[in-house]
Amino acid sequence: MTVHQISVFVENKSGTLLKVLDLFKEAGIQLIASTISDTVEYGIYRIICSEPARALKALKDAGISADESDVFAITLDNYPGRAADAVSIISAAGIGISYLYSFMLADKGILVFRTDNPEKTAEVIGRAGMKALNDEALLSLV
Amino acid sequence: MYLHPRFETLQRSEIENLQMERLHDTLKACMNSEFYRKRFHDAGITVDDIRTLDDVTKIPFTTKQDLRDNYPFGICTVPMEKVVRLHSSSGTTGTPTVILHTKKDLEQWAEAVARCLYMVGLRSGDVFQNSSGYGMFTGGLGFQYGAERLGMLTVPAAAGNTKRQIKFITDFGTTALHAIPSYAGRLYEVMEEMGIDPRKDTKLTTLIIGAEPHSEEQRRRIEKMLGVKAYNSFGMSEMCGPGVAFECQEQNGMHIWEDYYIVEIVDPVTLEPVPDGEIGELVLTTLNREAMPLLRYRTRDLTRILPGECPCGRHHRRLDRMKGRSDDMMILKGVNIFPIQIETVLMQFPELGNEYLITLTNLDANDTMTVEVELKEFTDDYARLQSLTKEITRQLRDEILITPQVRLVPKGSIAQGEGKAVRVRDLRKTLI
Repeated sequence: MTVHQISVFVENKSGTLLKVLDLFKEAGIQLIASTISDTVEYGIYRIICSEPARALKALKDAGISADESDVFAITLDNYPGRAADAVSIISAAGIGISYLYSFMLADKGILVFRTDNPEKTAEVIGRAGMKALNDEALLSLV
Repeated sequence: MYLHPRFETLQRSEIENLQMERLHDTLKACMNSEFYRKRFHDAGITVDDIRTLDDVTKIPFTTKQDLRDNYPFGICTVPMEKVVRLHSSSGTTGTPTVILHTKKDLEQWAEAVARCLYMVGLRSGDVFQNSSGYGMFTGGLGFQYGAERLGMLTVPAAAGNTKRQIKFITDFGTTALHAIPSYAGRLYEVMEEMGIDPRKDTKLTTLIIGAEPHSEEQRRRIEKMLGVKAYNSFGMSEMCGPGVAFECQEQNGMHIWEDYYIVEIVDPVTLEPVPDGEIGELVLTTLNREAMPLLRYRTRDLTRILPGECPCGRHHRRLDRMKGRSDDMMILKGVNIFPIQIETVLMQFPELGNEYLITLTNLDANDTMTVEVELKEFTDDYARLQSLTKEITRQLRDEILITPQVRLVPKGSIAQGEGKAVRVRDLRKTLI
């Protein structure tokens, strides 16, 4: 089970993020979590929101380079070290994590990540009894 | 096969003998003009110092600025009453330049264009339509007179009004069309809208293209769309206009008529000749012009001589596609680099868009080139973006011998305003 994440390819120029956020505001789409990864070569703004399909269309209509991808979002019990436990299970299976970010929602810790082997990741998550969310499950926590 | 077999099939030594003979006459005529007399005097040479073709390098270059400084009639070498026509550049980048023609000049020009058109297989009986602008622009009348001289029914359709252009093509049974490459694409689009299939509903077989940089892929695409053979051509108003160099049916480089011109390719910085096969600035000396001969005229166009013989039997050397303008050249770590080299590499990647920007900096006294290029379709896959960046970098290094910083940027972020696209930003500071 995965959630839809919107990735925006952003210019390294002031005002670019605001343009994206304004589009979400106009479209009445709620931001749930977001993170910017800024490497030397490119900036990517990744967003989890209430209506990913509509968000992607709004961005593309505005001529903004964006992509939609499936990422894992697992809920964690709220105590120190829980994230380390979760990641260690995935690493132990020999799966590489491309990127990861986390946030709190309804007293739950939520870990969002993408791996180099989605199928195996889903299997490991299931076997370890971790709880992966889909779009609806995530939205119900908001 | 040849319209002028006597000139077209000359051996190299015969071409050179003819050139020397015509150069001698040209130089003598040049001394009728105050401009050239002063030039030779200032350079400390006389006509008698030019005894062989190698001596041509002793003659000072003529530039566009010279034409401007002597606007309008300053370089004329015949009495003005012998001049029957003039053509002028638009003057958008400064004072316009004027080229004068005698009756004989116009005849020789028409012969050159006719020779080119005959070479690609056009004959009396063909219907030739010209979509060039007429008037001061040389592509209009230049092709008109050449095509008529060949005995073709010649349609001066002129530029624009695409639907009317297509109506002429179908109504008059046009078999050959002259159009710039981008307009050929436009014609096809409108034909499609009108429900016309150029392959079935028209008699088009030959397309003459030129004036606009285009790639081999673009040519092949146009040929397929319109169902024609497309031939590349080169001309410039300072050299009369069309008819300077033209592809033969081999479609492999443009024969430049060496009974009309002495051809040199020089390094745009040192102005020294470069060997055949290397890119440099095209320098031409007219050998067949009365009113306004030009000696060692710097065309600012970059190209190279294609080495080797052409199977068509002509020994007039072949020019490669124009590679851009010498004004665009960059020097980085002592290496000469042209934007077109970078563009050619970038355009081979289907993942990339059309816009790019080259930035030169010299932080830490080290010349650095950054190439920003727009990504056509963004996918959030870091590994793929990275390997694409690496591959672009590798191919650029192979081409320009310097490793640039390649940055993929979102589409729309390298916005181009109207007019000529800005491809290079040089932010280097002079270091003391």
